[in-house]
Amino acid sequence: MTATTAARARRVTGGRHRAVHPRRARDSYALFLLPGALAFLAVVVVPFLMNAGVSLTEWHGVGSPEWTGLANYRALLDDTEFRESFRHSLFMVVAMAALPTALGLVLAAALFDHVGKHFGSRTAAVLRACFYLPQVLPVAVAGIVWSWILAPDDGSLNEFLRVVGLGSWRQDWLGDPDLALYSVMGVMVWVQLGFPLVVFMAGLERVDPQLYEAAELDGAGWWRRFVHITLPQIRPEIYVVLTWCTIAALKVFGAVYVLTKGGPGGATNVPSYFSFTTFFEKTQVGYGAAVSTVLTVIILALSLVGLRLQTRAEDAEEGPRP
Amino acid sequence: MRTARLLRRSPVLVALCLAALFMTVPFLIVVVNAVKSPAQYSQDGPLSLPDGLYLDGLKDFWERVDYSRKLLNSVLISGSVAVGAVVLSVLNAYAIGIGRIRGRTWVLAFFVLANMIPQEALVYPVYYLSKQAGLYDTRLSVIIVFTVLQAAFGTYLLSSVLSRFPREIIEAARIDGAGTWQVLWRIVVPVSRPTLGVLLVFFFIWTWNEFLLPLVMLISNDNQTVSVALGVLQGQRLMDATMTDAAALLGVLPALVFFLVFQRTLTRGIAVGAVK
Repeated sequence: MTATTAARARRVTGGRHRAVHPRRARDSYALFLLPGALAFLAVVVVPFLMNAGVSLTEWHGVGSPEWTGLANYRALLDDTEFRESFRHSLFMVVAMAALPTALGLVLAAALFDHVGKHFGSRTAAVLRACFYLPQVLPVAVAGIVWSWILAPDDGSLNEFLRVVGLGSWRQDWLGDPDLALYSVMGVMVWVQLGFPLVVFMAGLERVDPQLYEAAELDGAGWWRRFVHITLPQIRPEIYVVLTWCTIAALKVFGAVYVLTKGGPGGATNVPSYFSFTTFFEKTQVGYGAAVSTVLTVIILALSLVGLRLQTRAEDAEEGPRP
Repeated sequence: MRTARLLRRSPVLVALCLAALFMTVPFLIVVVNAVKSPAQYSQDGPLSLPDGLYLDGLKDFWERVDYSRKLLNSVLISGSVAVGAVVLSVLNAYAIGIGRIRGRTWVLAFFVLANMIPQEALVYPVYYLSKQAGLYDTRLSVIIVFTVLQAAFGTYLLSSVLSRFPREIIEAARIDGAGTWQVLWRIVVPVSRPTLGVLLVFFFIWTWNEFLLPLVMLISNDNQTVSVALGVLQGQRLMDATMTDAAALLGVLPALVFFLVFQRTLTRGIAVGAVK
């Protein structure tokens, strides 16, 4: 009785409050957006439009830009270096999005469903922390660590191979054009793995444990539980992780700069490193701007697709609930 | 004995422990080699255990790159960005999530897009404009840029948190005569403190780890951050194995400290941040 009265009173005062000055109240809130709006204009909007504008010119950073229309974009189509850099991006998507997501799913399910249940959540948390550790490293520092481990002569990996009697497998991991891209991919899997794992484990926390118990009683093995419970239940998280990591893969810069500088012979060049060198080493600013504009368009398109998939997965998940 | 039986019973646990060991091995060998003398390193290689505690290599490297200075720069830049970006995010999210300003969906979509734009598409104009404004090669320029970029994510996250803020509290305060400004500082900010804390930690660490923009903007030795200073040295291939290892350890240490201090915040925050 009292509860309903209180609710009614609240509704009445709230309603009257809104009725008295709805317009002015909203406008006074808009003032709070002002600093943010101005800052975004200066740091994001204006530079972004400038970059798009410069991509239609030939410019070397000094003097005035010379209008060339779409010439830079036409040149990109025939530029093998540019096409190679995007082809390497696909390898990076495998190393930074596809593999970490797949491995992260299996690891998260194993940690949550098996270790967490039979050995306690503390054990699972410690193991999760080990996998997450590389994520807090600056990617440039991760690059330093690995370039030292993968060094050709006395690098730890080669030394390890020698000690265990596989001396013939020793390689110049980052200096061999046929190997360098795969070595960088391996490092990126190591860097990236913790992120999907942590997100998936958090997602699994909200899965009803009864689902697993019922499945187990019905005699469903680990694989069936994984396919029929784990995967469908955390589909929204899978889309988030895939989108997020794919974007990270397209933007990868620091690791490439530190590990290989795009070499040897362009074997590990990626779009962001390509645009960086075009801007600051070749000072072909217009051309570099075209490269980064193409990269931006691809990233924004992928983000939109990812957001769509995510909202659809969430709708589907909420659908059958009462 | 009991553990041995436990391990035999669970090959999954053994496999996971081995995988976890593989993930942490790079950290372990960095630490082991950083306290090795160059003589021992060249004689026994990177896999042997150190004979004693040799810290001169680290000390030399610390002095050579003026590491105290780099640490100070990193702390100053990351700290300012974290605080500034949280303040900016709160102001934006207050207008969007609680003020429900007109056109808020579009405003929010704008911040989400701003968050997605790669830095590559901003880097040259930012470099050029900061030169025009006399801010090139100053820590302030990096602070401004990252405050805004991090606030894009903060606005997105906080708006959805604040749109679920209990309206009764706000309306009660307004009836008691509190203005919008007082409601923000006396009610919304204190109540959302846990989320703001997570954002603060994340902004700090993300800014600490940034590479491309600081690399372009901070060319003089005195202004460089830890990540840039070490990354540039490595990129120039001027270092021998022992020195690279000292650099690796000095880069890894702050990250390890953040990790140990903020472990819970990090793992919780990343889940919150990833799924709205």
